[in-house]
Amino acid sequence: MSTASRTGTAPGTVTGAGTGTGAGPGTGSGTGVRRQPVRWLPLAPATLLLLLFLAGPICYCVYIAFTDMQLTGSSHTDFVGLANFRRALSDARFRNAVWLTLVFTFVSSVVGQNTLGLALAGLMRRASRPLRTLTGALVITAWVLPEIVAAFLLYAFFRREGTLNAVLGWLHLPGQNWLFTLPILAVSFANVWRGTAFSMLIYSAALAEIPEEITEAAEVDGASGWRAVWHITLPMIRRSIGTNLMLNTLQTLSVFGLIWAMTRGGPGDRSQTLPVFMYDEAFNKSLIGYGTAVALLLLLVGSLFSVVYLRLMKVEV
Amino acid sequence: MRPTAPLILAAAATVIAAGSLTACGSGSGSDPDTVKVAYNRNTDNNVRFKDQFLDSMKKQFEKAHPGKKIELVPIQAPDDDYATKVQQMMRSPRTAPDLVYEDTFRINSDIKAGYLRPLDDYLAKWPAWSHFVDTAKSAAKAGDGKTYGVPDGTDTRGLWFNKKLFAKAGLPADWHPKSWADVLDAARTIKKKLPGVIPLNVYTGKAPGEVAVMQGFEMLLYGTGADPLYDPAAKKWVAGGKGFKDALNFVHTVYGEKLGPDPSDALDANINTTVGTELLPEGKLAIDLDGSWLGQLWLGNGTKKWPEWSTTLGQAPMPTQRGQAPGEVSMSGGWTWAIPQKSKNAALAWEFIQQMQQKENAVRWDIADAQIAVRDDVAADPKYLNSMPGIKFFTSLVKNTHYRPALPVYPQVSSAIGEALESVTTGDSTPAGAAKSYDDQLKSVTGGAVVDRTG
Repeated sequence: MSTASRTGTAPGTVTGAGTGTGAGPGTGSGTGVRRQPVRWLPLAPATLLLLLFLAGPICYCVYIAFTDMQLTGSSHTDFVGLANFRRALSDARFRNAVWLTLVFTFVSSVVGQNTLGLALAGLMRRASRPLRTLTGALVITAWVLPEIVAAFLLYAFFRREGTLNAVLGWLHLPGQNWLFTLPILAVSFANVWRGTAFSMLIYSAALAEIPEEITEAAEVDGASGWRAVWHITLPMIRRSIGTNLMLNTLQTLSVFGLIWAMTRGGPGDRSQTLPVFMYDEAFNKSLIGYGTAVALLLLLVGSLFSVVYLRLMKVEV
Repeated sequence: MRPTAPLILAAAATVIAAGSLTACGSGSGSDPDTVKVAYNRNTDNNVRFKDQFLDSMKKQFEKAHPGKKIELVPIQAPDDDYATKVQQMMRSPRTAPDLVYEDTFRINSDIKAGYLRPLDDYLAKWPAWSHFVDTAKSAAKAGDGKTYGVPDGTDTRGLWFNKKLFAKAGLPADWHPKSWADVLDAARTIKKKLPGVIPLNVYTGKAPGEVAVMQGFEMLLYGTGADPLYDPAAKKWVAGGKGFKDALNFVHTVYGEKLGPDPSDALDANINTTVGTELLPEGKLAIDLDGSWLGQLWLGNGTKKWPEWSTTLGQAPMPTQRGQAPGEVSMSGGWTWAIPQKSKNAALAWEFIQQMQQKENAVRWDIADAQIAVRDDVAADPKYLNSMPGIKFFTSLVKNTHYRPALPVYPQVSSAIGEALESVTTGDSTPAGAAKSYDDQLKSVTGGAVVDRTG
């Protein structure tokens, strides 16, 4: 049950980021100071609702993180200051979750989705039309599948009696229970499988924006292959790379349903990323206060990633 | 970079975080003539005897109380998730059911959280209450001396073994192990003589939840000595116990010597379904440390029809560690019906409990759910006693059974035990190392209320 509602938050993530980036230029481009109050009027009901249903729960969450609230076992809740945060930092399982989150994000988002999406977009520009349509359709199918369905598909792929081992057996290679021996890589691969379409779409759009003349001029000047990609294509789509990395990372950081359905964070804690750890503490162990504090720390990890990207890419949001 | 960017990002990330934590919870309505009954529907869609029983109770009740309605709210989830869902429902008057089915080991946490209401006023005027045995009456009694739930049965645990496989391996059909060593010896013999058969299943790890902790670990732990988990005299939890390490060591031996199921299967959340519906009926498992209720899977309306089970399987009590008195050990739990504090319809909910506990209905339920009776009048009923082979055996274990320390932090202690089991099973840590990190967690969840028995 909780798993299902959890999966439901994934689209919310995208919308959250989307409206955020949309609001940036909007506020900046305001002209005519006197008209502004009137222009705000039609937005007032929406703003009010947002404050009520988004800001309200968010503030409540921040408050909970500083208390010892429990789902059961205690009827009163005390303010405990920074105790939850101190507890997290001294908790070996928390540190393990942070490390696994970084591995998961780096492997599946930064390297996997991003590079593979760019490669696919580049290759598809040169491919024949039917091939392009077919590849596009396949990749996007993975994207539109609900997270939980994708998770079960990949669970079936990786399990001991699964497709991967069947293929390996056919090639006379030894199989194993991948979810047990290499859990974090299995879930990372699953996330790549699922999320590459998004990068591919962004990069297809970005590559289509590069004027033909520039590519042709480069070829005339003798720059071809990797040199052209490195000196011309990549700098020209720099902003798209930044945006894509950021959106990918933020979404990958919050992946829960995929991991929960495939491994439940196990075996041991070997695929327990921060969202899974947070769920375990908040709902399995009933420590809502501690779980919320972990959620806020997850937010911190996300912001750190974003700041690094913004600095590296010097992109404007 | 515009200064708004980090703000927007922070806001976006907060939405993620907040969204993840404010999940669940819906449905309201407080019709004064309707009793909302929340219960755990089996995750196996073929198992519907509880739904059928409650449905017939609903019909009986609505016939006897014209104008009143029962609304069944089945929650189809594993037990851990069921508990979480019900706790979330009970937090708010908008969503609180009028009656909930509660595992006895969680009931005290929910009493402490103020979710349930005492039933003493009702019980005092209820003649059937005198038929309930004392241990069962205390199962839902809180520290304040009030009773918050009506138990509808209990369970015991022991060793199930496959007599056909035992014969092939040259082991006796009236197997009666006297110590842990005897159990391991039999398993080793089977491993040697019958390759391909899993010798011994002991539930372990985090994913199976309380199944692993109670059927697996505590069946071992309570065979190592008195009060190995909680010291009732000191009112403190036990850290650094030798029995704890010994029990972990037993699990370590089972999985280290490959006497158990493959760890990747053993650590699957659905292992208990697999054991009951595949491994045992298909003769792939020789010895299973498991509960009294297994037979319900193979009976007429169970998941896996297996009429030969009563001749194929034998039962033996789980021995104590070295055969020390009383020689055998069992654990008991069971479920109760409780009325949430925020129910708006408590009186009618109580009427429904009484309806379900009319003797005929109680007998029917204990038979349908393969429960061990908690009422003397039900236990003496011939229909109950003849309902299932083995029921006399499992009823006989009640004399040496143990109840878990039903204290509010128990679910967290249980969770810490699950982690210790998992790390020993995967080989991530040694029994001593796992026991050490259990001790650390125990101190943290109990706020330091521990006695240290290291030495």
